Amino acid sequence: MQRHTQTTWNDTESEGYEPLLSEKDLTTVSPDDSTLPDHLTRDSIELPELSEPEIARHYTRLSQMNYGIDSGIYPLGSCTMKYNPKFTEDIAALPSASIHPDRDTETSQGTLEIYHELQQYLGKIGGMDAVTLQPPAGAAGELTGILVAKSYHEYNGEGEQRDEIIVPASAHGTNFASAAMAGYDVVELPANDNGRVDVEALSAAVSDSTAALMLTNPNTLGLFERDIEQIASIVHDAGGLLYYDGANLNALLGRARPGDMGFDIMHYNVHKTFATPHGGGGPGAGPIGVQDELEKFLPSPHVTVSDDDGEDKYELIEPGESIGKVHGSMGNWLVLLKTHAYISRLGDAGLTDASAKAVVNANYLASQIDLEIPFGPFHHEFVASAGDRDAADFAKEMLDFGVHPPTTKWPEIVSEALMTEPTEAENKESLDQLAHAFNSVHDLDESEFDGAPNSTAAKRIDQTVAARNPVLDWQSIETEEDGGGE
Amino acid sequence: MQQSNPIPDGTTEQSTSEGSPYAANDDARVKSMLDEIGVADVEELFDIPESIRFEGEFGIDDATEQEVKREVGETLSKNADIVEFLGRGYYSHYVPSLVDHLSLRSEFITSYTQYQPEISQGFLQVLFEYQSIVSELTGMDIANCSMYDAATSLGEAVTLAHRVRDASGSEVLIPDYVREEHVEVVKNYTQGVDIEVKRLQTPDGMIDPETLEQTLNDETLLVYVENPTAEGVIEEHLTDVGELLAERETLFCVGSDLVALSLLQDPGEVGADVVVGNGAVLGLPKSYGMNMGIFACRDDFLRQIPGRLVGSSEDTDGNRAYTLTLQTREQHIRRERATSNICSNQAWVALRAAIHAVSLGPEGLVSLADQCAEFPEQLAEKIDSIEGVSAPVHDAYHFRDFKAELDTDATEVASELSEKGFAVHDLDEQTIQISVTEQNQHMTTEFATALAEVME
Repeated sequence: MQRHTQTTWNDTESEGYEPLLSEKDLTTVSPDDSTLPDHLTRDSIELPELSEPEIARHYTRLSQMNYGIDSGIYPLGSCTMKYNPKFTEDIAALPSASIHPDRDTETSQGTLEIYHELQQYLGKIGGMDAVTLQPPAGAAGELTGILVAKSYHEYNGEGEQRDEIIVPASAHGTNFASAAMAGYDVVELPANDNGRVDVEALSAAVSDSTAALMLTNPNTLGLFERDIEQIASIVHDAGGLLYYDGANLNALLGRARPGDMGFDIMHYNVHKTFATPHGGGGPGAGPIGVQDELEKFLPSPHVTVSDDDGEDKYELIEPGESIGKVHGSMGNWLVLLKTHAYISRLGDAGLTDASAKAVVNANYLASQIDLEIPFGPFHHEFVASAGDRDAADFAKEMLDFGVHPPTTKWPEIVSEALMTEPTEAENKESLDQLAHAFNSVHDLDESEFDGAPNSTAAKRIDQTVAARNPVLDWQSIETEEDGGGE
Repeated sequence: MQQSNPIPDGTTEQSTSEGSPYAANDDARVKSMLDEIGVADVEELFDIPESIRFEGEFGIDDATEQEVKREVGETLSKNADIVEFLGRGYYSHYVPSLVDHLSLRSEFITSYTQYQPEISQGFLQVLFEYQSIVSELTGMDIANCSMYDAATSLGEAVTLAHRVRDASGSEVLIPDYVREEHVEVVKNYTQGVDIEVKRLQTPDGMIDPETLEQTLNDETLLVYVENPTAEGVIEEHLTDVGELLAERETLFCVGSDLVALSLLQDPGEVGADVVVGNGAVLGLPKSYGMNMGIFACRDDFLRQIPGRLVGSSEDTDGNRAYTLTLQTREQHIRRERATSNICSNQAWVALRAAIHAVSLGPEGLVSLADQCAEFPEQLAEKIDSIEGVSAPVHDAYHFRDFKAELDTDATEVASELSEKGFAVHDLDEQTIQISVTEQNQHMTTEFATALAEVME
């Protein structure tokens, strides 16, 4: 069975790990010959002064101690770690893509055309009437969407009164945090026994204080909220808006659209659904789509097109009741450009196929593993239970099988949760390898867990110790060693 | 299924009518997997009520890789081919090829947040080193792994101030030279807290300590100062501002960027509490405004800082190892009481900025920054000799940008310059702003000639 083994380095003085840049060199430079007078300059800076080959080797070695999608299966539930096409990087590297954001519209028609086309694409895919691309991440999209809802209620004279956002207990942590940042009280909604929204509890929770309900569909268990139309009526009848968290949109492409389910606002996680690289934690982008009546609240500027003597002319406008800005300029443009390229490459047929194969992969994988999966039928992801073992320990054991483990211990509705999303990128063989890892660890008793991982660049790392005595830069390591005297 | 189109390029590349080119399983394997699952057709797996099934089409045509590249390239070429003398917080410095080649190593770019540190040591060390570089340049005790951009970093600094200051204050002082767009972001970031943004007048293009002292009161939560300002002025009163604020329950926030910080006064030395700004002046070109926010502060605020932090620890063999740390501040644990809602950040841009910083080294950084101080002075002198142009507007040292006053309509001048192939900012009726770095310095003579022609 193929497996990914990580590299360690023993040819340096630091055994087993790549020394820090600061351990290779630190040079102090003072700007003595500066054009500026002394009192406006700093005394000195102290940083590594290394040759290009030394730098190339440093980062290449570090990359070899890192696991990416191209290394192997990466089934983090809710993160949609699908393959990132390489050609989109070439497009993002075009010099014509990197113009200054303050150019006038006349000299930036190319960028604006792509920007506008992506707004249109996303609108069609989500069933939304208008889309802004400005939010630079999914969480930023949530904040933007909630601010749109807030402006809508204020516009209708109900801003003061509607001060609550309802969020299901199993929602992403960002939903709670974004609602709070927008100034709302968060009302937590319990799930029913089937792992879905408890419609009765929702009816009891809504009131004339409700500003919106935030929901992802399929939910974090991979289950479709079959009562979505009823849920929408309950929220709308109470005067609230329905917000769609796009984290799980990869399950639905071409099968269902949030706009058709009754959602008023949604965000798209383009780094999930549309395969832009996750980059070790970002950048992503979190465009939002809204229904007609909310368009006037979108962030400024908004890109529109008009007819100029038979030619398309792209313009920047400020929507009538705009919430203002959520990013300093136009968002994570290079990420948006890659999104546009991915959607253009796949078209209807490719997008529809991506979801089909993502859902087949999740269901096939589930059929091959021996762990309990309490809730179904699921779509692009499922949540298995590690049973009486600690899910985090279970995941560490899986690392020794050369795979990236699933998301652990969340959502809490499944005890010792292993939230698994293989995506359409995986072939049957790699799904079998992941199933082998699941089942082999499942066959072990917790007492047989052997302090895994043992085949990785670093052995098990104690995160509690790191938090108790935080060392956050190389300067602190030096101080520690100087002060420690050992 | 749509018909496969003949491929115009004469290549053998597949269209996507057979499905996504990035999905691994072919029809035969899908069939065998469906058998294992126990369903006859893929659509049976979708548990979606009939009433909301989408039966339509998006109407988006698929295309080959070659076609997409060509079409996007053609569309982008509709951007006018002009030389930008644009700045105001968004800059390009030459990004060495090394940065592209290393940052595109797929182990880096295709990974995600380091939830499993044992197989993510490489990126964690990169981010630890990035934090170290930012700490060094800002003079702050701690730096996080990145925010979205300079504007959202400033927004986060204001909410941090609200969390850490006991004072009942609600006033945030932001100088009038700060970009309006950034102030709007601050207003949106602070909807959950009771904050009022007040603009501080700076007729000389920099803080006047007397005006500041008169404006300060018990309500002042935070004072923001840029160095250099969005208008390119190097702030001369940082020490005074630091001294004024040291006595008060008011946070001192400095906005800058990683190149400027290599040369200009160390914010840590002048008493800053928080440093924010654009980190992507290293690592990325202007990129239509996409950048990366730096966020650094004093260690008093360790448990209140927004965003991700990488710490050094040990593994069970006793070797040094890195891990995300202090995560109880973050949204996935603390939910509505988190220090921020940020999840995905700009880690890959931080990686690029770190490689770029190391490629330059301390010598290279200081000399790049010194050019940024030298070039605007030279260009201002050159255009000041043009009839009807007075530059720079502010009697100060400048960094990359400066303003010029015209005896005629600025919009018209900017528009005529554009026709001659040069872009500048037109700020108000008779003021333009010009930005010069090593990227456009070789065109300054042509630019000055064009401006002289326009002014005739």
